Amino acid sequence: MIQKTVADVHQACHGVEDGMTLLLGGFGLCGIPENAIAELKRLNVRDLTCISNNAGVDDFGLGLLLQSRQISTMIASYVGENAEFERQMLSGELNVSLIPQGTLAQRCQAAQSGIPAFYTPAGYGTEVAQGKEVREFNGKMHVLEHAFDADFSFVKAWKGDTAGNLIFKGTARNFNPNMCGAATITVAEVEELVPAGTLDPNAIHIPGIFIQRIFQGAHYEKRIEQLTTRTKDHGAR
Amino acid sequence: MGLDKYQIAQRIAQEVKDGYYVNLGIGIPTLVANFVRQDIDVEFQSENGILGMGPFPFEGDEDADLINAGKQTITALPGAVFFDSAMSFSMIRGRHVDLTILGAMEVAQNGDIANWKIPGKMVKGMGGAMDLVASAERIIVAMTHTNKAGASKLLEACTLPLTGVGCVKKIVTDLAVIEVRNNAFHLVERAPGVSVAEIEAATEGQLIITGPVPEMIL
Repeated sequence: MIQKTVADVHQACHGVEDGMTLLLGGFGLCGIPENAIAELKRLNVRDLTCISNNAGVDDFGLGLLLQSRQISTMIASYVGENAEFERQMLSGELNVSLIPQGTLAQRCQAAQSGIPAFYTPAGYGTEVAQGKEVREFNGKMHVLEHAFDADFSFVKAWKGDTAGNLIFKGTARNFNPNMCGAATITVAEVEELVPAGTLDPNAIHIPGIFIQRIFQGAHYEKRIEQLTTRTKDHGAR
Repeated sequence: MGLDKYQIAQRIAQEVKDGYYVNLGIGIPTLVANFVRQDIDVEFQSENGILGMGPFPFEGDEDADLINAGKQTITALPGAVFFDSAMSFSMIRGRHVDLTILGAMEVAQNGDIANWKIPGKMVKGMGGAMDLVASAERIIVAMTHTNKAGASKLLEACTLPLTGVGCVKKIVTDLAVIEVRNNAFHLVERAPGVSVAEIEAATEGQLIITGPVPEMIL
């Protein structure tokens, strides 16, 4: 069994340098690589291009790297929850590229799969398609989109084994599987790391071949962004 | 007096048929789930990766690993399934999702929709809206007929940056049910107590009225 385990988050992030392009899993604050983000902040690597569906909130997730001005370009589909993000975007300190969510997912998937580009109907006729090749298939117009080209991919899974095989939980799966193997080096952090051979092969979501480094994360906060509950009687509150 | 947001959702719920997989946008569309008939089988998809989305959890049962696309805590119904984002949009782009219900700032009589960006204001992003409108066969827009300034949101041509072109087929507003075809709005139903003249006055684009227009039944 090929071992992918590294001792800790410091080893896991070895080689991350200024100016690199990073893929980061998660949807809002759900399923984000909390340990890797904390380490990137500690390393103080700068001028990063971060590709992630969202940009965290002011004091958590990618918001932590925005606070310390480590991100120069953000590629995301929705960034609505972050006042510091807004300030840096309006002042021009931060380059922002907003792209459709399905296109973001597929650009990861394409990079993972060795597909350099693909056509999608999303964004045709909008400013997202400006300057891009368009082509008609079956009477409908499509836009050419390219696979991401990233240096590191940071993903978070629920369980993993020492061979890098991963299992995700609930909607914390989101972009994480698509980002595995979509960069030169993929770093997976897991809540529970088990010896290879102990996970049910039928239950594995992502084979370890897509992962270069895996470690057990610590102190997961798993913050909830919008707590919505109902009372035992009925109705939302 | 037109419909309130709950009544708009109630009217849209009548469009949800047995066997449909449905994607609900944020806002009024989310309310539609509360009004779908109990005797039909419908599954709600949230594009962050769940089919079989249930109601909000009871207090204390919330799970940080279980949210909807609005980042709200939710529950999973029996038979629910989780999947990754690429698969989620395969369901959407591949037209496996039967109905998309979403909000809008403007809709044009050719079916163009604008709902993600107001120039000069903070842009939050399109999320999954561009993928949804570019692919869904059935798109219903839930919105008020006019904006807060009283200006019509049903226009000859959109003025805001577009989310998608020629894609909206049906609109349910506080005043009316409108179908979009042949480069015009067609008045199908009026809200209870709302006159055709009021709807005409609130619609900037071309509005076609054929014969007497029935009142909605809620």
